[in-house]
Amino acid sequence: MRINTAIRYVSGITVLGSALLMGQVQANEDTECIAPAKPGGGYDLTCRLAANALLETGLIDKPMMVSYMPGGIGAVAYNHVIGVRNDDPNLIVAASTGAAVNLALGKFGQYDADEVRWLGALGADYGAIVVNDDAPWQNLDQLMEDLQTQPGEIVFGAGGTVGSQDWMKAALTAKAVDISPRDLRYVAFEGGGESLAALLGDHIQVFTGDMSELRPHLESGTVRVLASLSEERLGGPYADIPTAAEQGYDVQWPIWRGYYMGPDVSDEAYQAWVDKLETLSEEEAFAELRDARGLFPMSRFGDDFDGYVKDQVTQFKQLAEEVGLTQ
Amino acid sequence: MFDFLIDGFGVALTPLNLGLAFLGAMLGTLFGALPGIGPINGIAILMPLAYTLGLPAESALILLAGIYTGSEYGGRMSSILLNVPGDAGAVMTTLDGYPMAKKGLAGPALGLSAVSSFVGATIAIIGLTLFAPLLARVAVMFGPAEFFALMVFAFASMAVMMGKDPIKTGIGAVLGVMIAMVGVDSGTGVLRYTFGMAELYDGIDFVVMIIGLFAISEILLMLEHANRPSNESDEMPPLGRVMVSLKEVLHCKWTMLRCGLIGFIVGVLPGTGASVAGAVAYTTEKRISDKDGTFGTGNMRGLAAPESANNAAAAGSFVPMLTLGIPGSGTTAVLLGALMLYNITPGPLLFTERPEVAGGLIASLYVGNIMLLALNLPLAGVFARVLTIPRWVLVPAIAILAFIGVYQLHSDLMAIYLMLIIGVFGYLLRKLGFSLAPVILGYVLGGLMEDNLRRALSISGGDTGILWQSGISLGLWIAAAALLILPWLVPKLLPSNSTEKNKQGA
Repeated sequence: MRINTAIRYVSGITVLGSALLMGQVQANEDTECIAPAKPGGGYDLTCRLAANALLETGLIDKPMMVSYMPGGIGAVAYNHVIGVRNDDPNLIVAASTGAAVNLALGKFGQYDADEVRWLGALGADYGAIVVNDDAPWQNLDQLMEDLQTQPGEIVFGAGGTVGSQDWMKAALTAKAVDISPRDLRYVAFEGGGESLAALLGDHIQVFTGDMSELRPHLESGTVRVLASLSEERLGGPYADIPTAAEQGYDVQWPIWRGYYMGPDVSDEAYQAWVDKLETLSEEEAFAELRDARGLFPMSRFGDDFDGYVKDQVTQFKQLAEEVGLTQ
Repeated sequence: MFDFLIDGFGVALTPLNLGLAFLGAMLGTLFGALPGIGPINGIAILMPLAYTLGLPAESALILLAGIYTGSEYGGRMSSILLNVPGDAGAVMTTLDGYPMAKKGLAGPALGLSAVSSFVGATIAIIGLTLFAPLLARVAVMFGPAEFFALMVFAFASMAVMMGKDPIKTGIGAVLGVMIAMVGVDSGTGVLRYTFGMAELYDGIDFVVMIIGLFAISEILLMLEHANRPSNESDEMPPLGRVMVSLKEVLHCKWTMLRCGLIGFIVGVLPGTGASVAGAVAYTTEKRISDKDGTFGTGNMRGLAAPESANNAAAAGSFVPMLTLGIPGSGTTAVLLGALMLYNITPGPLLFTERPEVAGGLIASLYVGNIMLLALNLPLAGVFARVLTIPRWVLVPAIAILAFIGVYQLHSDLMAIYLMLIIGVFGYLLRKLGFSLAPVILGYVLGGLMEDNLRRALSISGGDTGILWQSGISLGLWIAAAALLILPWLVPKLLPSNSTEKNKQGA
């Protein structure tokens, strides 16, 4: 009996083990999306949107692999794709406005925005100014007043280093009331989750996050979103959140969620992906999946998107000079 | 009050969910046992599958949670049998587990660690059921300053490991801290010790580090000894007993309970996981019960301590995830992603709005835990037979697993080279008589310590007062100071015992 059990178990392991190995061997044939961050954040969400939607609409047959490459706020993945997987036709990499900021600041090493093939954006997200539910500020005005009188007393925090797009949101908010971003007290956490924990524990007073990552916390009422950094009010569960602009502060921070490919990918492979994403964005099922992730419509593909990103990087370079961040 | 749990058992005990819990436990044990493949990879591999199969949310979560808890059970196997930690939480398990195997007690070691895992996990699941919402509020009180104080406490408790050669332990810990410094600085984005290599921006990954340091150096040692055929001390003794006795289990009962509690508390804190839990539990237990200085030479309590703690930490990390929607570990971060895929919003409302998910998950943790014990206890003897495999089969097999594990994680040859370099480095350290545990602890704790110190100081604007402002951090500082001063002070105050104590401390 005992030996039989043993044999059965061991052979089970062998089968599973070899299935695992096969999976690894075949991985080259499968599509892959690299999320240049730890699991659970915005890049993860971006990859999973493509992976799930493409599979669900039948645009790919096999599930797309999502892998994580954290580090250097995306620089590691950027350098990896340019240096190592420069011509992989099955690889797309998640990117966002944050990547454009880092390119503008020269944080991605010797490479700039011209080094990869920008593929397209499937949705956009917007920055948010968030405080704890028991914070004294009911609206952006009250926060801004206090910030003006005692800028050193209010600690901002978010999931990116000084100079990252998360920091930019805080810096622009301060600039709106003529406070130098250099005087701003800002703490860099590892990702939005840790920042949110710090906000709930009153270790920081203001969290400059993104709308989509806040969605799970809107209903529970543990945090208060003072302003959405969008052009106009967002729909659905966000309809009650006023924009910064309507409260009299000109701060906007749209965050596109898109993808790029290696620099030496063939035109055919690039165009095939552009077509795939464009087809996807028109599917009804896709709109549902996008909404479920708290993302708002945005459709820019191929050359249109490529030009958009490069323009944005130029704009951010000017902004960085203005804020005093050029390196 | 516990309606959700009653409903939960109704969900967890359906045939489909029972089957999934069993499948998760099996796969998890396997993922945990294979070095380099941990719970994160296991879940990342199976999550798309669960979603594609159209499993309902609670079933998918039950499967994935089974993999998570199962891998904490499985991680101990290669620690005990091969001196190679199967996953992050099992690093401390090597310290007494492997010496036990070398004494011919591989079977009892596997059995005892299975029972410890069960006890630790049970404590944590009960804690999760009873106190989840309350604990979540305490967990967020841990800010950067408190985490810094916690790391100071952890380093202070490491002093107990200074044992035979305090200077080498110190050097080892500092080497670990130095390795943790490599990469992009998390505060300012400045590059440190990367020598212009993009692959190093990321820092040195944990898996690359433990596989290199433990597995590759172990392989090199085996190869070295293979050329000296008649080295008796190196031969594994014949397998003796395969089952752990009830007496041995009862001998460790307080260890399991204490360390289960420690592991649960560490697991609840967001940002610390099974590896920190195992380290704190082991050093605490050594202080409490290592009367004759046999920790590190195959002491049963030294084995039970980290195993109880790392399983408790795994269950504990569900507390912030379920109640606040904040991941308590890398693995729960992936699970959180899975929940969001199902349009479920974790948080205080989860227990009232989706009781079948919260209750089903918690109930399945109870069920899965019993399954894992039933699965692991009888098989201890079977797995112990790995040691009867000849070296010429075993060495290449470990090497293959190590290479596959690291490559599948990074899809980059650089990670393999790095692993080999660290392996040679680990081999040299071992030849020079260094213990590897302080290196790995310095690496894990040092990185967390620096990040949180810098965060605390940017909150206060450079004022170091913040580090001991709160009651929690003050308490941790006092505890850390006590750990360092008392062993030196107590013998002086009690001169009659001093000679005996000094002998033990040496």
